[in-house]
Amino acid sequence: MDPKRRTVLKVLGGTLGAAAFARALAPLAAWSKEQSVDEFLQKHYQELSPQELAKVLRRLEDDTERKYGKKVTIQDLRPQQGVEFGYALNLSVCIGCRRCAEACHIENNHDRSTNNSYIRVLEMEQGSFDMERGSATYDHPVPADGKYYMPVQCQQCDNAPCVKVCPVQATWKESDGIVVVDYNWCIGCRYCEAACPYHARRFNWKKPEVPAEEINPDQAYLSNRIRPQGVVEKCTFCLHRTRQGRLPACLEACPTGARVFGNLLDPDSEIRWVLENKRVFVLKEDLGTRPRFFYYFDS
Amino acid sequence: MSSAHHLSYPRFLWTALRLATDGRPRFYVWMTVLTAIALVGVNAWAHQVSQGMALTAMTDHVSWGLYIANFTFLVGLAAGAVMMVIPAYLYDDHEMHDVVIVGELLAIASIFMCLLFVSVDMGRPDRFWHMLPGIGRFNWPISMLSWDVIVLSGYLLLNLHVAGYLIYMRFLGRTPSKRWYLPFVFLSIVWAVSIHTVTAFLYSGLGGRPFWNSALLAPRFIASAFITGPAFVILLLQVMRRTLKLKIGRGPIDTLARVLRITVLVNLFMLASEMFTIFYGGGSHAASGTYLFFGLHGKSALVPWIWTGIGLNVLAAVLLHLPGSRTRLTLLNTACLFALVGVWIEKGMGLIVPGFIPSTLHEIVEYVPTLTEWKITAGVWAFGLMVLTLGIKLAIPVLKGELSPESVRPPASPPAAAAPAE
Repeated sequence: MDPKRRTVLKVLGGTLGAAAFARALAPLAAWSKEQSVDEFLQKHYQELSPQELAKVLRRLEDDTERKYGKKVTIQDLRPQQGVEFGYALNLSVCIGCRRCAEACHIENNHDRSTNNSYIRVLEMEQGSFDMERGSATYDHPVPADGKYYMPVQCQQCDNAPCVKVCPVQATWKESDGIVVVDYNWCIGCRYCEAACPYHARRFNWKKPEVPAEEINPDQAYLSNRIRPQGVVEKCTFCLHRTRQGRLPACLEACPTGARVFGNLLDPDSEIRWVLENKRVFVLKEDLGTRPRFFYYFDS
Repeated sequence: MSSAHHLSYPRFLWTALRLATDGRPRFYVWMTVLTAIALVGVNAWAHQVSQGMALTAMTDHVSWGLYIANFTFLVGLAAGAVMMVIPAYLYDDHEMHDVVIVGELLAIASIFMCLLFVSVDMGRPDRFWHMLPGIGRFNWPISMLSWDVIVLSGYLLLNLHVAGYLIYMRFLGRTPSKRWYLPFVFLSIVWAVSIHTVTAFLYSGLGGRPFWNSALLAPRFIASAFITGPAFVILLLQVMRRTLKLKIGRGPIDTLARVLRITVLVNLFMLASEMFTIFYGGGSHAASGTYLFFGLHGKSALVPWIWTGIGLNVLAAVLLHLPGSRTRLTLLNTACLFALVGVWIEKGMGLIVPGFIPSTLHEIVEYVPTLTEWKITAGVWAFGLMVLTLGIKLAIPVLKGELSPESVRPPASPPAAAAPAE
């Protein structure tokens, strides 16, 4: 072939290819409209100055109003001095009603279509501690004969595997023991989900749907604000409540009083009383994760 | 002294661009088909980013799937491709020297595919920069994934340097200077082992996943890398010999086949050891293995996969040990094909997915990839094959001895006998 003709054909082919490439990427147009330059350039939570953080919070509030049609308040709540949270759950009285899971769903603005929650309740066989013989999808009146119930949520490990594996430090343990995620820094690789031994982490496989009238407007940056698509989230012991002296939503919803929450560093707290007087254990202790979530049976 | 390079290097790149896009009609057909497949993948990915990864079959239970399976396989292929450097340099096998560049190009294409598979698995590819040292926050040295990013990028650079240097020297019509590529070749051998070891540590370091939490994982990965690399190169050399009319002797193919004969057996032995440990003791640690090989509580989506994989690996081992495999290329090629597909299954769907089933709370949620995932996977492979094709087109002169300045245009000044600026 004549070299000139060949060059012309090459340029033509290249142009066609480039045009087809642009056409193939067209679905990104709708998605990119929802992103902003400020969001793209936002620094890691721990590197934001107070002024920058204030701007970020206002931007996120505006975004929520624009996208979800609801005025919300997003606070930045830091850990309190002299506080390390602990949670205990009495397996002898839990009846498996899943009110805790439902309260979590509402409190934390979870996606409605998937009925997401940070709590999974396992129905276990009396006399066995083998999760393989348990079920998280039971669908019958509770409590059933011969069964006991074990709600599982983030164990807020002191030696958290999820924190170790994150390639970008988007998740870390705060001084009050709560493991948090910067939803605006997470790259969505889901390595933490693979590393967690308690199935505590959730990924936003799509943009969460929450009707405006159901949105909980009392939100915090590190906890229950509506999460972006494509990032990982988890239980934060409701830090938007607990760092302001309130109790987690799952505890308030429990009809049996199975849940005990408090400051491990306060010797007069109820949680300390439980740890000192009950037969307490943690899940998968052999993995060395050192949970702050404890289970116990009444003696 | 290097003034010649700043003139000749751009000219070299220009010539390379021309050479890489010149070819016979079937080259254009091949590249057009690959482009079309890659574009289907690009389109599927654009949908996935915009609508979310709900378009995949992955869930909070099985949070990695086909993408990470392919990633794992390709890290092995990239490592294995360079391991053919070992006979060439360590044992001074001269016939192998000539085809080492083919292994390096395969490694480059594989690493590109690895990086793409990790990228398409990310929920927020727009935040890729969070991983860049300096401007992002890189969790090094704690996160194994940060190690993987380092070793994979380093490996890519090493191979780009060696292959690029050899081709450029050919263009200048000069003998490559050993000190500019030999140390890098030796480094890349060590580095090849590191990329697959670190990738195994990604999984084996997770205490909450008993199926992966095995010290044998890294050795198994290396063994199977020594299968896929040579098997792929054996097939590739023959394709090149046919389509490019290259004089590639039987020597390299026989050497690689000798490597294969051992590694297929080592790999099967390690698989058997894993199976023994899983099943003899039993208990809940055996749950993933039981699910994978026999199905569990009526769920058995992976059973056909793994037995196909094991069947192909065993068949490949048998074929490779038939005396006929030394003389009949069809037999050898069939064995290579079986071994490639067998390892792809065993190390991909047969290793990544069962790590998540049952889940850490012992729930059994199955995973069957969606059309979106298959499209993106095919797209990445098509792109990788394009990179490989173009790389080989550029390397033909190295293999054949063309692309010297005389065949293009005389250089402005005789090249200085100094260190290259590359």
